[in-house]
Amino acid sequence: MNIQEMILTLQKHWSDQNCILMQAYDVEKGAGTMSPMTLLRSLGPEPWNVAYVEPSRRPADGRYGQNPNRLYQHHQFQVIMKPSPDNIQELYLESLEKLGINPNEHDIRFVEDNWENPTLGAAGLGWEVWLDGMEITQFTYFQQIGGLEAKPVAVEITYGIERLASYIQDKENVFELEWTNGVTVGDIFYQPEFEHSTYTFEESNTDMLFTLFTTYEEEAKRTMEKGLVFPAYDYVLKCSHTFNLLDAKGVISVTERTGYIGRVRNLAREIAKLYVEERERLGFPMLKGENMANDNN
Amino acid sequence: MTTTNVLFEVGLEEMPARFMNHTEVQLREKTEAWLNELRLNFEEIATYITPRRFAVVIKNLQTKQADQEEEVKGPAEKIAKDENGNWSKAAIGFSKGQGKDVDDIYFKEVNGTNYIFVKKFIEGKKVDELLPQFKEIILSLHFPKNMRWANQNLRFIRPIKWLVALNHENIIPFEITGVETDRVTYGHRFLGGEIVINDPLQYEELLEKEYVIADAEKREKLITDGISKLEKVKGWNIPIDEGLLNEVKHLVEYPTVFFGAYDKAFLQIPKEVLITSMKEHQRYFPVQDSQGELYPFFVAVRNGTSDHIETVSRGNEKVLRARLQDAQFFYEEDQKLSIERNLDQLSRMVFQEKLGTIADKSERVTNIASIITAQLQLNDEEKNKVTRAAQISKFDLVTNMVNEFTELQGVMGRKYAEIFGEDEEVAKAIEEQYMPKNANAELPETIVGSVVSIADKLDTIVGCFTVGIIPSGSQDPYALRRQALGVIQIVGRRKWNLNISELLYHVQKLFETHISDHSQKEEIHKQLETFFKQRAAYIMKEEKIESDVIDAVLVNDLDNISFITAKAKLLSEKRSDTSFKDKQEAFVRVLNLAKKAEDHFQVNPELFVKEEEKNLYQVYESIKPDYKASLQTSNAGESLEILSRLVQPIHQFFDNTMVMDDDIQIRENRLALLLAVSQQIIKFADLAEINWKQVQS
Repeated sequence: MNIQEMILTLQKHWSDQNCILMQAYDVEKGAGTMSPMTLLRSLGPEPWNVAYVEPSRRPADGRYGQNPNRLYQHHQFQVIMKPSPDNIQELYLESLEKLGINPNEHDIRFVEDNWENPTLGAAGLGWEVWLDGMEITQFTYFQQIGGLEAKPVAVEITYGIERLASYIQDKENVFELEWTNGVTVGDIFYQPEFEHSTYTFEESNTDMLFTLFTTYEEEAKRTMEKGLVFPAYDYVLKCSHTFNLLDAKGVISVTERTGYIGRVRNLAREIAKLYVEERERLGFPMLKGENMANDNN
Repeated sequence: MTTTNVLFEVGLEEMPARFMNHTEVQLREKTEAWLNELRLNFEEIATYITPRRFAVVIKNLQTKQADQEEEVKGPAEKIAKDENGNWSKAAIGFSKGQGKDVDDIYFKEVNGTNYIFVKKFIEGKKVDELLPQFKEIILSLHFPKNMRWANQNLRFIRPIKWLVALNHENIIPFEITGVETDRVTYGHRFLGGEIVINDPLQYEELLEKEYVIADAEKREKLITDGISKLEKVKGWNIPIDEGLLNEVKHLVEYPTVFFGAYDKAFLQIPKEVLITSMKEHQRYFPVQDSQGELYPFFVAVRNGTSDHIETVSRGNEKVLRARLQDAQFFYEEDQKLSIERNLDQLSRMVFQEKLGTIADKSERVTNIASIITAQLQLNDEEKNKVTRAAQISKFDLVTNMVNEFTELQGVMGRKYAEIFGEDEEVAKAIEEQYMPKNANAELPETIVGSVVSIADKLDTIVGCFTVGIIPSGSQDPYALRRQALGVIQIVGRRKWNLNISELLYHVQKLFETHISDHSQKEEIHKQLETFFKQRAAYIMKEEKIESDVIDAVLVNDLDNISFITAKAKLLSEKRSDTSFKDKQEAFVRVLNLAKKAEDHFQVNPELFVKEEEKNLYQVYESIKPDYKASLQTSNAGESLEILSRLVQPIHQFFDNTMVMDDDIQIRENRLALLLAVSQQIIKFADLAEINWKQVQS
């Protein structure tokens, strides 16, 4: 099964579970969790079920396309269901079967792994899912986001697309994976991997990036003061990516580093709070009768 | 008496392996305590735990509580009877209230007052009524990390999927988070099916048919048997790490042992790296050859049968290969760098927000190490090695390998230092600085490693205390308790005459910029001293020394730990030694009376009146040099013997001298003498702290 078919299979599967199929969010980010479709929408009492592919940029992991396992940008398939359904593990395992992984022929385990992202004031409990010893999925029940209690609890499932594909296609090198008939990951991504690595580690304009960070931060704050949650959050994402570029280049000193992370965290926390306030002001529009009746409060 | 068998099972999404042993212990203890409290007899409690369930089977449980007679206390006699000796309204009301008649009343004295009582019959309840209480046992289980899910308010280890509660064949009704009890459980996630239970005693057997070995010990046995079989068939040596075995048995419901191979070319990577990859990251048991060298195979445990085991093995081999390729790449890359380049990088790595970078720390550690080498009077060669080791002790923290395998800090430092041509002892010290890794772990073997290890720990402890990171309760993020214990263990084992209190002052100087004034410094110093003394007390307690003796020897500075321990051991013997009674009484009497003296009192020999006080003073003066020498050479037996020369003069002094003389000058002079003597005794230990247990002679 090529990557394209995998994505179509996962989309169909989660669409059948009443997930909204979203497209990747158009601002650079380090993980699918940081998309507002996850981070903001997981907050508050409104139900939310969504699935999407998210390209995730990790500048520090760039290896000029030379490492068989590491990428500047990889892909995640992200599922969020709030409140977490009681049969979520079974739904997930069904999706593996649809990808051609018969659990009786493999060893599938749920191994404890708790997730924490201090930058976003977020924490969750759950597992990494092992397929014959390989971590293929991160499975997390959100407990806290942006410093706020998650209630009801959303469950997040993050498939590592390339990881899973390397198992399904039995390939050792990520660039040899087949994206679609006759087209490999290498065909599509080798050049950007090489160029982004070169840019990140050698060519990026440090002064400009520092200026951008401050500019984005100011714009995020200003926008927040106007009560514009989503635009403000976009600027937080931009801050975060700019910081990652600077950090990967090794131009942020230690004392500064803690400071920068703190600045992004504070913004994320404020926006999380603001998002819930705004939704409340709008009367939590997605909270329809049935869901309120199910609330055990 | 009729009995019944009872089963409770809680079905869960996969629990964390590390909490399972403790969960099973709690389940047993709490069930037992609950049944005892209910006065219900039973023959046996069996507990079961797998990643997806925990369960308890109670065999031959009494079906009804025993009937009971209870004494109920009423008002006092003078209220219960009027002046004519008739029952008062209060008494009548009381007996009625208890469903009794005044004829049932009797008297009993409580604390000198007579009260009225009645005996009440309480009929034992049937277990059917009581068993639903088990819900509270489930909810009272303590887990180190709890979670919420869906719309539930409950915090529990993982979401609850099903509940089984059976009293013989009947369902015991209760509900948790909307899940109702039933008689249905589930087998292995992939291999097993739904199971209907009609008899609690069949629980284990029914599960086994559906590929679940519910008894954790049986799973362990299956794993160890599987490993021994492989050892025999293949001629391998597979050391079993208890921690790993314990984790692995809790990751599966139906264990099957299998093996896989890796390319022998990877054997050129340091074996610690290979072992960490296999054990920590993949939960494999590494294979050794008959010589105990790594052999390019691993053994793992699958959750299921041996069907399609080749696929599983091949998948695991692939994962390990990717990890080892990474490791090999890192190992080669790291060797292209130099120690000096890495040291430069340390100024970019934070140690702790307020305590600066790792480079700052290394500088302090070097400084502290040189104070220690001076105190220990090491020779120049050793001093130079200590300095070099301290300076480069953290260089491996910026290597790729340690970045990826943090648990290999120190280990990789040593390897790379050797490759880069550092002195062997210096290289070894880089690894040894992190020792001991826990309470009973290995201590540094080399002098250089011991000094660097102590210096590194003191820096962390004093630094953290200075910026307010002080362990309390379960909060000890920097493991300061373990580190302080480590310092004391190393000093004790080496029998080093290192004055820790003094050393703490020196280290505190390095953090002076964080301190506002002198009184704050003193405050922190006191906290540090207490902290270290608590660790020293802990070590002595481990050696079965009683706490009063520990308090007695810890009144002094923490100088020579092994001497302090030796004194404590000696006093523990003397504590019940009849022949020491006479001596102890003399010392304690001095110590107690000396408390009446004021610190500034000075002995003036001119003012002595009695022979006995002159004599005591003379003996006191005469033993001082010997006594001092014996303390310096840390000879506990000799010190106490020399001190004992004072016993006769002390007794004679008390028999013939009135300390509290009317003449204030004479009185203060005598108190001054006792004070002087007591100060010498205390240098050994505060003997007045000890609960002496000698039998009367």
